[in-house]
Order: sequence, then structure tokens, then C-alpha cells
Amino acid sequence: MFYREAGDFKTSYATDNQTFPIKFDRLGYFTVMAVAFLVIPFIINDYWANAIFLPFLIYAIAALGLNILVGYCGQVSLGTGGFMAVGAYACYKLMTSMPEVNIFFHVLISGGITGLVCVIFGLPSLRIKGFYLAVATLAAQFFLVWLFNRVPWFYNYSASGQINAPERTVFGIPVTGPNTEAWATYLFCLVFVVVSALIARNLTRGMAGRKWMAIRDMDIAAEIIGVNPLKAKISAFAVSGFFVGVSGALFFSVYLGAVEVGEAFGINKSFLVLFMIIIGGLGSIFGSFAGAAFLVLLPVVLKVVGVDWLGWPTDIVAHLQLVIVGGLIILFLILEPHGLAQLWRVTKQKLRLWPFPH
Amino acid sequence: MKKTLATAALTALMAAGPVMADLVFPSLSYRTGPYAAGGIPFADGYADYFTLLNERDGGIGGVKTKLLECETGYNTEKGVECYESTKGEGALVYQPLSTGITYQLIPKTTADDIPMHTMGYGRTSAANGDVFSHTFNYPGTYWNGASGAVNYLLEINDGDIKGKKIALVYHNSAYGKEPIRTLEELSKKHGFELSLLPVDHPGQEQKSQWLQIRREKPDNVLMWGWGVMNQVAIQEAANIRFPMENFIGIWWSGAEHDVMPAGAKANGYKALTFHNVGRDFPVFADMQKYVVDAGKAAGAGDQIGNVLYNRGMYAAMLAAEAAKTAQEIHGTKDITASMMRDGMEALSITEEKMASLGMPNFGPSFEVSCENHGGPGLVGVTQWDAENKTWSLISDFKATDMEVIGALIEADSTSYAKENNIASNCNK
Repeated sequence: MFYREAGDFKTSYATDNQTFPIKFDRLGYFTVMAVAFLVIPFIINDYWANAIFLPFLIYAIAALGLNILVGYCGQVSLGTGGFMAVGAYACYKLMTSMPEVNIFFHVLISGGITGLVCVIFGLPSLRIKGFYLAVATLAAQFFLVWLFNRVPWFYNYSASGQINAPERTVFGIPVTGPNTEAWATYLFCLVFVVVSALIARNLTRGMAGRKWMAIRDMDIAAEIIGVNPLKAKISAFAVSGFFVGVSGALFFSVYLGAVEVGEAFGINKSFLVLFMIIIGGLGSIFGSFAGAAFLVLLPVVLKVVGVDWLGWPTDIVAHLQLVIVGGLIILFLILEPHGLAQLWRVTKQKLRLWPFPH
Repeated sequence: MKKTLATAALTALMAAGPVMADLVFPSLSYRTGPYAAGGIPFADGYADYFTLLNERDGGIGGVKTKLLECETGYNTEKGVECYESTKGEGALVYQPLSTGITYQLIPKTTADDIPMHTMGYGRTSAANGDVFSHTFNYPGTYWNGASGAVNYLLEINDGDIKGKKIALVYHNSAYGKEPIRTLEELSKKHGFELSLLPVDHPGQEQKSQWLQIRREKPDNVLMWGWGVMNQVAIQEAANIRFPMENFIGIWWSGAEHDVMPAGAKANGYKALTFHNVGRDFPVFADMQKYVVDAGKAAGAGDQIGNVLYNRGMYAAMLAAEAAKTAQEIHGTKDITASMMRDGMEALSITEEKMASLGMPNFGPSFEVSCENHGGPGLVGVTQWDAENKTWSLISDFKATDMEVIGALIEADSTSYAKENNIASNCNK
């Protein structure tokens, strides 16, 4: 009834190609943006920022990055944790060696450095595929964590091997360190998320994205029609690495503030982000967000319901959480292998016909 | 305190603080994951002592205590979530029982004006209260532990360990790396050879490390392990027939559950400690009467008297005593986190006090001051008797090499102060 293309006339190529062709979607998008930028900063407190919004936003960037590599280009990667660590340590080294430069640029440069590292570890993808590539990226994961643990230069020779984010400001407002306001850290991450999503969306529907998808669907066919696999794969690794690096830098500097590489960027992190895009939907920008939201929110919701409302012992809730998350992942893979994004697509299709499906 | 933009205006109007009903003690525990074996007894001891205070004395100074338990799973992200979700409820003091979470919370608690007590773990240089205003690690630190272990070796070797080979098997994390610097200094001073053997999280795989020990045949092995790593290490040591009496663990590597799996082969294994072991204290009679028999014991109730249970209870006792001190200083029963901090800084534990609490000679007597948040750093040694399944104190609480440790604390805390522009806490 409200959700339809009819009556919404496109008079230019630009409007015809827009991300949200349906007016209702566009309104929804602008509402979400307005709420995110104009409402939430005024009501957010430390708990909501640190327990829900910051992890959601930061994991959303990581999921976007991994989705470009796995979902769009079809190159399976299990090295996300290691690449996030690269972003985090790059950010730390930049923050401490060049304190006069704005943290905003440090995060971007950290993304760039991670992109480069990701390309290096992506080179084997030209020769190996599928499971074998997954193993190669797994090696990257272990190597990088080992490297940051082993070489004291990366953690400025601190006694414990921990890295700590010093206070850095944007427009005079602290966004890292202990004295941050919830709204400042939230807005700082939100800006990165929105820009990342815009870049990802436009890359994936442009020539680059089509090349990636061609490679994903059948690399030999893609090569025959003129897609250079070297460039396509390497660019996917670079772009993916950039996003993952940005998320790692934010994860360390804004969200946690102090990081220990083995604990924060272990193999669990790689799997977590991979689960996010699988549950959210491979090859979908919306899916990256949905998956991140699902896996960040679910444990918090279960904890609030179990411990705070029902008053169950914390260990039982923690165990139940593992059971429920695991069960839901299996359930999702059986019922909807294309993830939350596909559910959303189906809903949209139904909504177009609603309430007269015939 | 930090506020949202909107509530900043609101709270400015309501200058008077909220009325607090209970004294809130959050317990960031972990009863799940690879470190649960150590997390459960500690959390039980911590919870039971506050239950005991409520049941027997009606709380602290007549105000009931309330324990907020939050499961961290030894994971820093969950630790942050726990911290944020409990700090709004009037939390008085945090005890995260994780060095990783401690590092994260040091700046946060300072900004939020809530004290943190990292008893025998965390960042050692936080002992310098002039820099770390809200972090306390009395009655001892890892560096005291490292020095205590070396002192003990000196003692049993008639003061000479020159040329001896000592290997450190450590959890490859901030926690395990903590003693390295001290041990390096001490190896220069006493002329022993130190070799470092890192074990990666969670520590189930230690074959190569123990193979190396078997090859190099060090005279002594020190261990900084936690959780499942301890049991595996002791089992591996038994497998290569390393003499157990030459194997010394830090206080986090010396509980019943660490040595039980190796059975009789673990007999003679030693561990450091900063408090007493066993259930031979009057407080346990009260614990039985008011908590266990009343069916109010935390968890499964099967940990009472274990090393880590005692430690959790000791931590709770120190927190309760600090709260009492704070009540006295500020003349009010409903103390805030900020008052609690003052109480911790003015805490004085004497032998009479411990005896009156039913815990005579349970730990060292000490006084906290603004400059010294680390306490006296007295370290004792316990040994495992596999036949009777008991730990016993074989070396009394003795002083450690504060000359070496003090210099290291000074250097590390000054560099932290410089990095973060921290003004002096004591000379305001």
C-alpha cells in the first residue's frame, strides 16, 4: 500500500540508479540517519555507547570490509582478527609517534596500512582458492598476532605488552582516552560507519564491484570476458583490508582503550566477524549491519533478560548464551542460508504486494 | 562523572546525590571459559563473605551490602560491558580479577572516580599511588612475587644462586609478562641465568616448552600461569619427571584444582602466596553457620576453604574494612565510591583487627598510604601435599627486594604519568 514503486517517477539516470528506489525506503533511510545523528547523541549514556553502539558500529565496519572480500569477491578470509590488529597497532604507533596529527587521519592511515598488509597476504589468492585460501589467511591471523606479541617495537617496549590509547581530540573534544563523553565517541564512529557504507555501496555497484562479483561467480569466465583477476582480487583485498583496519583502529583507540593482541584480536575475532556476514548475508551491505547488530545485541539482550530480569546465576546465563547463539546460527543456516539480508528482501517483496497479493 | 548532553543540564539542577540504599560491590567474575577453574572459587569467596556480613552483622556499619555479579569470561569486551552496566548502580570498588581488564579500567575508573582493587594482579606500578590515584594493589604485587620467589631460592641455597638456571614459564599476555622485568634485574643482581618460555592463551598446548625444559635442565622453574594452563604445566612437569620441589608457581598457579589432576605426581609443588591457606580459622565456623547452613552459599558451595576461595574472601574482607574506614572518615553510613577511595587509602590492617574478624594471621598486617598503594609486599611460600590434599605454608610472609622493585615501579609509573599528563595525586 505504502511500499511501492508506482507513482514514484524516475526522470533521470541518477534517480533511476539510486540505492533506494522506493520512496518509503528513502524516507526510512533519512529517518534512520536523522535519528542516528540528531537524536541518539542527546540521549546516549556510557552504558549504551560502550555496551551496544560502539561495538555495533565498529563491527559493522569490519563486517563491511570482510563482506567485500568474502561476499562480493568470493575470497574466504579467516584473518580478520589479525588484520584488525594491524589497524590497531598502526593506529597506536601513529598516535604515539605523531601526537600532533588529528586522530581522524591516524585512523584513515591505519586503514591504508592494513590495506597494504592485506594485499601482501592476499597475493596467494591468485594461486589458491577456497579452503586452501582460508588456511593461508589463517596463517596470516596467527603470524600477525605472534608478530605483535613478539616484537616489542610495536608496543613501544612497554613492560606488559599492552597498548594504551592516549587522549586525542577532534575539534577539542576528546574521542579517545578515559575522559571521553559517550556522544563524542559515538559520533566519531558513526561518521566512519556512514562514510564506509557509502563507499562500500558505491564500489560494489560500480565497475569494481561487478569485477569482484564476476570473479566470485566464476573466475575463468570472468577472465575470458576481460576481468583481470590479479587486479580484481588484489583490489578486493586492499579495500577489505582498509575497512577492517579502520575498524581495528577504532576498536582499540575509541572502544577498548587498552588492548592485548592475543586476547582482543585472536582467532575468535576472525570467526565472529565471519559469522556476522554469514548470518547477515553474504554480498549485502545491509547484511553487514544486520549481522553485526545481531551478534552484538544478542548476548547483551540475553544477559539482560537472564540476569537482570529473571535473576538467574550469571554462569548459567553465560552458558545458555553459547547454546542459544550456536543454535540460532545453525537454525539460520538451515532456514535462510542467505542470511538476514535475504529475509529483508523477501519481506520487501511481500510488502510491495501487501495487502492485495494477487 | 560523565553525563550525556541532555542529562548534564538535568543533573546540574539536582545537585543532591541519589539516596543509596545499599553498599554495592560489583563482582566481575568468570564462571565460564578456560579460566573458570580459578574464577569460580574466587567469586564464591567474595560473594560469601558479603553474605556473611549481611547475615551476621547486618551489613557494614549497619548498611546492607549488595553484590552485583557480572560474568566477564576473562574477556575484555565483556569486562567493559560489565563495568558500564554496574557503575551506574553505585558501585563502590571494582575487582576485575583479570590483568587485561585492569589495564582497561585504570583510566576509566580514575575518570569516573571509582576505586579499583587489583589484589596481587594488574599493573604493578599502580602501587605508586601518587600516579595511580584510584588503583590499589595491596597487599602485594607481581614484582613482589618475582622477588619473593628469588628470595626463597636464595634462602634454600644459602644465599648463593650464581650461575643457576631459572626458567620462567609464563602466560603470553600482559599478566605473564609482568614479572619479566623484575626477574631480569634480579638475574643481574644475583647472577642467575633466566630463560623465558611463553605459553599462548589458553595454555593447553605446552609440549614444546616442557621439551625445552627437559633439554636445558634448569635448576628451577617459575610459573606465571592461570586457568587451564596451570594444570597442564604441572602435568607436563610430572611427565618429564621435573622435581616438583624445584617448581614454583605464582599465587595464581597454586590452588587445589591446579595440582589435583596430576595426582600424586604433583606432590611437593610449591606456590607463592600473600595470605594464609586452609580452613583453620574461626571465620569458617561463622561461614558454615550463617551462610552454608542457611543455604545462601554462592555457586555450588563446594569451594569453601580452597586457596582461591580464601583469596576471594580476603579480597572481600579488605574491601569491607576499607568501607568501614571510609564510614569512619566521612562520618556517614552511606558512602560513595569517592569516599570508598579515601577509605582504601587510609586502610590499616592490624593483627588485632584480623583476629577480631576471625581471621588471625590470615595475611600480613599493613597500612596503605597515598604514596604506597601496593602494601608491604610480603610473600610466603606454600607447598602441596598430595597425600593429604592440603596446601601448607612452608615459609612465612617475608619482605621482598624493595630496592629493585621500588626503582622499577618509579620508572614505569613516571613514564605512565608523562604519557598521560597525570598530575601528582598526593601533593595537590
